[in-house]
Amino acid sequence: MSAIKTFSIGGIHPDKHKITTDSPIREAGLPEYVYIPVKQHIGAPAKILVQKGDKVKVGTLIADADGIVSADVHSSVSGEVTKVEDIEGEFGWLETMITVKVEGDEFEPSIDRSQDVSKDIPYTAGEIVQIIREAGIVGMGGAGYPTPIKETVPFEKKPDFLILNGIECEPFLTADDRLMVERAEQIIIGAKIINKVLGIQNAIIAIDENKPNAIETLTNISRRYVGVNVQVCATKYPQGGEKQLIQAITGREVPPGKLPLDVGCLVQNVGTVYAIYEAVMKHKPLFERVVTVSGDACAKPGNYLVRVGTPASFLIEQCGGITEDVDQVVFGGPMMGTSAVNINAPITKLTSGILLLSKELTRHPAETACIRCGKCVDVCPMGLRPFAIACSVRDGFYDELKPLHVADCIECGCCSYICPAKIPLLDYCKLGKYELKKSK
Amino acid sequence: MFTISTAPHMNSPVTTQTLMRDVIIALMPAAIVAVLIFGIGALKVMLTAVAGCVLFEYLVSKYLLHRGNTVTDNSAIITGLLLAFNLPSSMPIWMILVGCFMAIVVTKMAFGGLGKNLFNPALVGRVFLFISFPVQMTHWPKPSFADFLNTDVQTGATVLGILKHVDVQSSATALSNQGASLADLPTYTEMFLGYMGGSLGEVSALALLLGLAYMLKRNVITWHIPFFYLATVFVVTCVFWLVTGNIKYDPLTHLLSGGLMLGAIFMATDYVTSPMSTNGKIFFAICCGLLTVIIRLYGSYPEGVSFAILIMNAFVPLIDKIFVPRIYGTGRK
Repeated sequence: MSAIKTFSIGGIHPDKHKITTDSPIREAGLPEYVYIPVKQHIGAPAKILVQKGDKVKVGTLIADADGIVSADVHSSVSGEVTKVEDIEGEFGWLETMITVKVEGDEFEPSIDRSQDVSKDIPYTAGEIVQIIREAGIVGMGGAGYPTPIKETVPFEKKPDFLILNGIECEPFLTADDRLMVERAEQIIIGAKIINKVLGIQNAIIAIDENKPNAIETLTNISRRYVGVNVQVCATKYPQGGEKQLIQAITGREVPPGKLPLDVGCLVQNVGTVYAIYEAVMKHKPLFERVVTVSGDACAKPGNYLVRVGTPASFLIEQCGGITEDVDQVVFGGPMMGTSAVNINAPITKLTSGILLLSKELTRHPAETACIRCGKCVDVCPMGLRPFAIACSVRDGFYDELKPLHVADCIECGCCSYICPAKIPLLDYCKLGKYELKKSK
Repeated sequence: MFTISTAPHMNSPVTTQTLMRDVIIALMPAAIVAVLIFGIGALKVMLTAVAGCVLFEYLVSKYLLHRGNTVTDNSAIITGLLLAFNLPSSMPIWMILVGCFMAIVVTKMAFGGLGKNLFNPALVGRVFLFISFPVQMTHWPKPSFADFLNTDVQTGATVLGILKHVDVQSSATALSNQGASLADLPTYTEMFLGYMGGSLGEVSALALLLGLAYMLKRNVITWHIPFFYLATVFVVTCVFWLVTGNIKYDPLTHLLSGGLMLGAIFMATDYVTSPMSTNGKIFFAICCGLLTVIIRLYGSYPEGVSFAILIMNAFVPLIDKIFVPRIYGTGRK
């Protein structure tokens, strides 16, 4: 194993709060109804294929990808479609969802439900991409970029590195950590499947230092697979950012406006890789995922295997429910996740965690004057100057935003986190990106 | 109902208030040494300056700016302490208050309060007093452990004053009524510990370095400004010293005397009046160092730190424009 690597610009060390590291993944069970959004990815919403009264099984295609930048959606339960309409999502906005009343738990017959690890890949590269597309797989690290696009690499741009992102640098979240411990071999086979598509032989599994179990398990199993190596990275936020990870591992940097592929890298979240394994080897579309339910105000935190569309409130009930301590419910991690208005909103393919946070933890202190300490400049992993962006946005000098490279902001939130004056710098950066886009 | 907020939903426990509190803690060793060496007079000066600064800040923010109480951010206490550190222990109270007024009302609040001032408030206060009351500001009580309660102590020249005087003598146009000679120079150990004449807070390099260590450990400041400032002064005086062999260029004496340590550790590192990027900080510190040496060796004042930092303060907006960090994915092949 080579030396511990990390990215060179900026970064912060928030408290880890990884309280569920040792909680095994448990089945969350089935709710009465599931609400499956037709848009759980970047791009066009999928075209709805079912209507009220239709019977569906687990794994039935219920919405079809609309174009290349879109993804298939499958039913996560068996039962009857009761509604296809706009329902309030986690932000309180209306999203088109397919409501299915759960009846039994009948799977599509093609799905292989055995727990055996299948190792031989019987498909060609083209067939694999097709399977991934039909399984509705999207980037499960949070971005939700439809995975088949990433895998369909133009021949002249064959990457040098396939990097499996097992960093999970957000505090509290342990879903990927547990997946790496409990489904290590499947993840490695998933990497070999992607290898076959790309026509390369190597894969690097990047894991941060604070996951000793995952590092040990994957290192041991990877010895049996040629070309698969584990790379330990420092525990630093945002180590799991795609650009930061590429720089840490390869020393290369993705120029502004370019893709990782332009510097010969392809990064996949380990959860996505596991989904690829299940799709290709078990014919199982993406209809469930591991979700960490945690937070300092969560009575019984744990890691759950959850069907897509399960209301968050169903999960929260199992973990001790909403107590008086709960001040805020967050979908995703505390750094980049979203603060939920509606906890009946469903878990999607992208929901890595449900966090119940107390007032003591979230502390939203009042904003005071900028003291020009420069800490936001020191921690920005993209080398930006958040204070300058904030000034330009606040004063309406939008023409200054382009030279400040606001478009390169990865929205990691380091600047807002570190600011001693508690200025919402990230909000200004997001607003700046929006204004810049508008002016184009 | 739940609280709704934009990401991130966690934030660092460090606030402006805690940062300023850490700076105050870092100033404590030097404050204690000041009282030990200069006696009760030092305590009087420090209390007056802090009280004056806090009072002016409170009055201006409440009655002129109508923006509520900004005293709680602790920054006025630091300004008060730093101003006191730049004064001799025999300073009359009303003059100290004039310095507080210059520092807080004119230099800081008139520009919009914390974060908006271009110049370091404590330094402007000190320079104003220095120019207005040159006699009182260069009346340096001699250090004495014995006469703790005695404020009417003997006075003498500072180390840099002696060196300047020696310089004048050697150019044979001496005004020899100064009465100081090389024999009055303290030893290196005395200088390091602080047993010499000077402003309250500047004398003990040891106490100031302790403060620096604390601030570095608590991530209040980065090491760049103090290191490059001190290193520049040391290297430049070293070159002069090696070439000429003249004691007035002795690099160790320059490092340990005058306001250099205080300036490099606590004044030049003031967030508001120093550059934000690391490269900018390094450039700022080197320029401060060069200016300090030039003023000390060629200026008419023995002391150069205050002027050097104030001059460089004026360049900070420009430095911030020129020295920007490298953006990820750009500027490398």
